[in-house]
Amino acid sequence: MNRPDAAEGGNRDRNAGMLRAQERREEWGLLSLAAPALLVIVLVILIPVGWLFYLSFIGGDGQFSLEHYRKMVEYKSYARTFATTFEVSILTTGICILLGYPLAYFLALLPPRWAGIFMLAVLLPFWTSLLVRTYAWLVLLQRKGMLNEFAIHIGLWDSPVKLVHNMTGTLIGMAHIMLPFLVLPLYSAMKKIDRDMMHAAANLGASPATAFRQVYLPLSLSGMVAGSLIVFILCLGFYVTPAVLGGGRVIMVSTQITAILENQFDWGAASALGVVLLVATLLVLYIAARFFKFDAALFGKG
Amino acid sequence: MNWWTTPASDTQVTHGDRFWLYVVAVIIMLLLVIPTFIVIPMSFSGSQYLEFPPNEWSTRWYGEYFGSAKWMRATVTSLQVGVLTMLVATPLGTMAAYALFASGHRATRAFFMLLITPMIVPVILVAIGAFYAFGRVGLNNSISGLVLAHTAMATPLVIIVITAALRSYDLNQERVARSLGATRLKAFFQITLPQIRFSVVTAALLSFLTSFDEVIIAIFVSGGANATLTKHMFSSLRDFIDPTIAAISTIMVIVSSVLLLLTQFLGRRGK
Repeated sequence: MNRPDAAEGGNRDRNAGMLRAQERREEWGLLSLAAPALLVIVLVILIPVGWLFYLSFIGGDGQFSLEHYRKMVEYKSYARTFATTFEVSILTTGICILLGYPLAYFLALLPPRWAGIFMLAVLLPFWTSLLVRTYAWLVLLQRKGMLNEFAIHIGLWDSPVKLVHNMTGTLIGMAHIMLPFLVLPLYSAMKKIDRDMMHAAANLGASPATAFRQVYLPLSLSGMVAGSLIVFILCLGFYVTPAVLGGGRVIMVSTQITAILENQFDWGAASALGVVLLVATLLVLYIAARFFKFDAALFGKG
Repeated sequence: MNWWTTPASDTQVTHGDRFWLYVVAVIIMLLLVIPTFIVIPMSFSGSQYLEFPPNEWSTRWYGEYFGSAKWMRATVTSLQVGVLTMLVATPLGTMAAYALFASGHRATRAFFMLLITPMIVPVILVAIGAFYAFGRVGLNNSISGLVLAHTAMATPLVIIVITAALRSYDLNQERVARSLGATRLKAFFQITLPQIRFSVVTAALLSFLTSFDEVIIAIFVSGGANATLTKHMFSSLRDFIDPTIAAISTIMVIVSSVLLLLTQFLGRRGK
């Protein structure tokens, strides 16, 4: 009496098994669509960076050694390079927050039609080659540049001030290039803030300043953290602007790496610097991820 | 009640109270835009020295640019590499974005992180890594090597743009098509792709520009007869300020402005 039931159960199991197998095949089939993109990333990023990682542990005699890393600890010039890199990155991020927050706030307040138009002021520089913008600043900031002439004309200072080929020029150029990277995520975080929250705060007796400080600011913080993080990380590895506007006086890790390769052709030393830069970047990301849920703001993926 | 005393916010702040914010924002926007466009009047200067405003106007730097075999060769290389990068990165990124979006596999997240590594690894490291590895296989100074490297940089941007588009799209439509007998491929091309086409075009333009404007990898990996426009521009910037760069910059600003306005227009139609 039990046999037909058992057979049916067996069929059901077999069916379920086949369905599961088919589903798995389907999923792998789908995932394989990502294979070409993955292959490119493996070829261009993972293998070469892994190779450099290996090279950074090879000494002048071709044997395993930690000499490149030891030099980094012993020589003062390396410490100065890292200090400059962090100084430039922190200052640039700070300037971007100071300028970017009011701008993003202004854009978020506008009715959509106007926001779309004013947003072009952020998007146009964003889409323009950073080399072109660095070049423009080089010309604007030079001794007889527009900025010096203008400042002398209105009596801000008497004789031309050195604004480029130094830290000042580097920071101005970098802040200009990084600002859109801060404003865009901050703006989208601000747009997600429910306006009823501000209504409610006002209804409950908060002054406009209190409502802003206690409701709006904390809600916009995720966007600000995401934007600052992007800016900071891009700054850490930035090359073109410090190389051109720093005029050899602002030595960042990236400019140091190219200098080592150009002058000494020392792949081990250059790789070791690059590895430390990568580790510093990952460390910053890791720490930020521990404290903030920035994934969602960065990639829109929870 | 005029505009000045009209409440501008939910907390009854008036436009007058907030006027300082408008002023600050406009100043910041001017600071963003002016240095981007200043190269345009500069490029029409007749002087050897870059001055603004120019004392005499001329188009000699455009003549210099269009008459130079070196600059023309570099422009052709950059355009070639940009178009090839766009043609490779757009389908690759779209396929990857679709795969990760449609599949519910556990590994999706890890794959996503892996695919966006080019945005996390410092570009200088990517540049010297590619220079070293390409040197071993003879890809340096070749168009294909540069296209490969630029494709790696552009693909994550394509993935992010397409993923955002898929998120606002209902994948059930594709399931309906498949339940009516369409293959997955046919369902994608007939149902999904037409609905995300504006994002695909945006992603394509973005990947072209990523390659066309890229400097650091080009400095290392490109060279000889295949040096890009940005590589030549960078070395001219370091050595002496050649006003020809103002003319080239103007052309680049116009190209990116047109591409940007195109995506804005497409975005509006896409909605």
